[in-house]
Amino acid sequence: MNEMAENNAILKVENLELSFGGVQALKGVCLDVKQHELLAIIGPNGAGKTSFMNCVNAFYHPQEGRVFFEGRDITNLRPDQISRLGVSRTFQNIQLFVGLSVVDNLMAARHFKMNYNWLEGAFYFGRARRAEVENRRIVEDIIDLLELEPVRKQVVETIPYGLRKRVDLARALVQDPKLLLLDEPMAGMNAEEKEDMARFIIDVYELWGISAVLVEHDMSVVMDIADRIAVLDFGREIAVGTPEEIKGNPKVIEAYLGKAAE
Amino acid sequence: MELPCGVSKSTYAQDMAVIHTRTQWGLLGILFAFLCVLPFFLNSLWLGIVIHTSIVLIAVLGLHILTGLCGQISLGQAAFLGVGAYASTLLCAKLNFPLPISIIGAAIFSGCFGIIFGLPALRVKGFYLAMSTLAAQFIIIYLFIHVRFAGGSQGLFVPIPQFLESKINLYFIIMGTAVLATAFAKNISRTKAGRIFVAIRDNDLAAEVIGIRLSYYKLLAFFICSLYAGIAGALYSLYIGHINYEHFSLMDSIWYLGMLVVGGLGSTSGAVFGVIFISLLSKGTSLLAAQMPILGPQVASTIGIIVFGLILVLFLIFEPRGLSHRWEIFKKFYRIWPFSY
Ligand SMILES: Nc1ncnc2c1ncn2[C@@H]1O[C@H](COP(=O)(O)OP(=O)(O)O)[C@@H](O)[C@H]1O
Ligand SMILES: [Mg+2]
Repeated sequence: MNEMAENNAILKVENLELSFGGVQALKGVCLDVKQHELLAIIGPNGAGKTSFMNCVNAFYHPQEGRVFFEGRDITNLRPDQISRLGVSRTFQNIQLFVGLSVVDNLMAARHFKMNYNWLEGAFYFGRARRAEVENRRIVEDIIDLLELEPVRKQVVETIPYGLRKRVDLARALVQDPKLLLLDEPMAGMNAEEKEDMARFIIDVYELWGISAVLVEHDMSVVMDIADRIAVLDFGREIAVGTPEEIKGNPKVIEAYLGKAAE
Repeated sequence: MELPCGVSKSTYAQDMAVIHTRTQWGLLGILFAFLCVLPFFLNSLWLGIVIHTSIVLIAVLGLHILTGLCGQISLGQAAFLGVGAYASTLLCAKLNFPLPISIIGAAIFSGCFGIIFGLPALRVKGFYLAMSTLAAQFIIIYLFIHVRFAGGSQGLFVPIPQFLESKINLYFIIMGTAVLATAFAKNISRTKAGRIFVAIRDNDLAAEVIGIRLSYYKLLAFFICSLYAGIAGALYSLYIGHINYEHFSLMDSIWYLGMLVVGGLGSTSGAVFGVIFISLLSKGTSLLAAQMPILGPQVASTIGIIVFGLILVLFLIFEPRGLSHRWEIFKKFYRIWPFSY
C-alpha cells in the first residue's frame, strides 16, 4: 500500500542490551526483518535467541536499545499492545491454555477481532453470536490448514506434545499476524513431525506473504527455508547473511566447531 | 465436548449451541415445568430452603466466574452479598426507589465495590490474593457496623412490597433470577470473556502475549462476580426481611467456595450441582440430627458444618474435579450405552 512500508524493514532492532544480574544475554544486537522475509536465527544454547524474541514482544525489557515495528517505536509498549499491532509468537516451551479445548485456545487468541462486550456475550445474541460464528469459521480454516481436525474439541491437556506444538503455531496464526516469531517450533519432534511443521511454515509464509523470525537448531531445515540467517553467540551477533554466505563464514564455523570440540 | 450419537452438524452455529437434540430440549422443558409447580407441593420450611438455595446459587455462580474461570480466589463473596443487601435496602427505604431499580442499582454498586477490592489482584496472586480478599471480608463487615444509615449492629428492616409477602411469589422471582443467572454464566463462559478468563487462569503470561489486557479482564471478573453477589444479596434481603452484619460472615464465603470445589471448579453445571448437593445435604443432616435427641442440641446445630467439612475433604482427595466430572463420565456412558465401542 505505501512505498515506505514496502522498502522499509517491518522489524528493526537497534543495539539491544539485556542482562540478568551478571549474565549478559544480549550484547548490542542489531537486526532487521524485511517485508515478506523469513529470517532465521541460529546459535548455540544460551546464545540469546529466546531473549531476542522476548525483547521484541516486550516480554523482557532491554536495558538499552530500541525496537521498531513498521517504523513505530514499540520498545516501551506492553506485550498485549504489541500483539494487537500484528506480532504473534510461539514458545520454545509450549505455553498453551491447558484447560481449554484446541478450538477455544484458538478462539481465545482471536479475542481482539471480536467486537462485542461481555454483556452481549452473556445474552449470546446479535453481534456477539455473529462474531462467534464468524470467528469460529476462521479458526476452523486454520485447524484444517494445520491438520488439527482430529483433536479440535479435545482439551489441550490431553493431546500429545507434537500436536501441542502445532496448536501453539495455530494460535499465533489465527491472529492474522504481520510478523510471526517462531521459537524452536520443531524442537523435540521426530523427523516426520519436523517435516510437517516445516511444510506448514512454508505454506503460511508463501500463501499469506507474512514476515517471520525463526529460531531453529536443525541446520538442514534452516538452510532450506530461510531467506537470511543471523548467527548469535554469547549474546553477540557474529554474522548475518544468506544461507550460502553463512555456510562459508569462518566465524560461524569456528563458533559451531569450537562448541563441538569442547 | 462429545456429542450424542447420530448428531451431525452442518453449520458452526449449530455446533456451537449448548442444546443439540430434541431430547435435551424435552428435558429442559420438563425441568422448567417442575420448577413451576414445585412451590405448590412444598411446605413453608422446604419452600424457604429452596428459595435460600437459589440465592446461594446466584452467589456461587458469581464466584464461579471469578474463581472457577479466572482463577482469582475470593474469600469475601459473602461480604459482597451484604453490600448488595444493604445497598438495595437503603435505596428502597431511604430514597424510595422502586424495587427493581434498587436491585439493579445495588448490583452495580456491589460490582464497583468488587473492582476496588479486586485491585490487589493486579499485583498479587494465589495465597496473597486470598489474604487480601479475606481482608475485604472483614473491612466490609466493619463498614456495615460503623457506617451511618447502616443501622449499626442492629442492622436494617427491609421494606417488602405487598406482592412479595407471599412466599410463592418470592419463589418465582428468585428462582427466575437464578435460572437467568445460570444461563448468563453459561453464555459468559462459552464466549469471549469466558475464554479470556480461563486463559488468564491457565497461563497469564501467554494470555498477555496473545494480546489480553490482564488488568482489565481481572477487574472485569471481580466486577461480574460482585454483580452476581449484589443481586443475590438484594434478593436475600427480601427473603429474610431484616439484615445485619451477621448474615454475611466469613463462614458463608467459605461455604460458597466449598460448593464450587465439590461441584467442580470451572464448570457452570458444576456450580449448580455443588450448590444443590451441599445445601440439601447440610440442611438434610441438620433436620435429621434435630430428630435424634441423643445427639444433643449442640451437635445438631453444628452437624451441617461437620458434614460439609467431611464432604469437602473427601472430594479433594477422591474427586478433585468435582461432581461435574462425574456427570460428564455418566453422560458419556449413557450416550454410547448399550454399545460401548
Ligand atoms: N529470565 C531469565 N533470568 C535469568 N537469566 C536468563 C533469563 N532468560 C534468559 N537468561 C539467560 O540469558 C542467556 C540467553 O538465554 P536464551 O535467550 O534463553 O538463549 P537461547 O534461547 O539462545 O538458548 C542464558 O545465559 C540464560 O541463562
Ligand atoms: Mg531458546
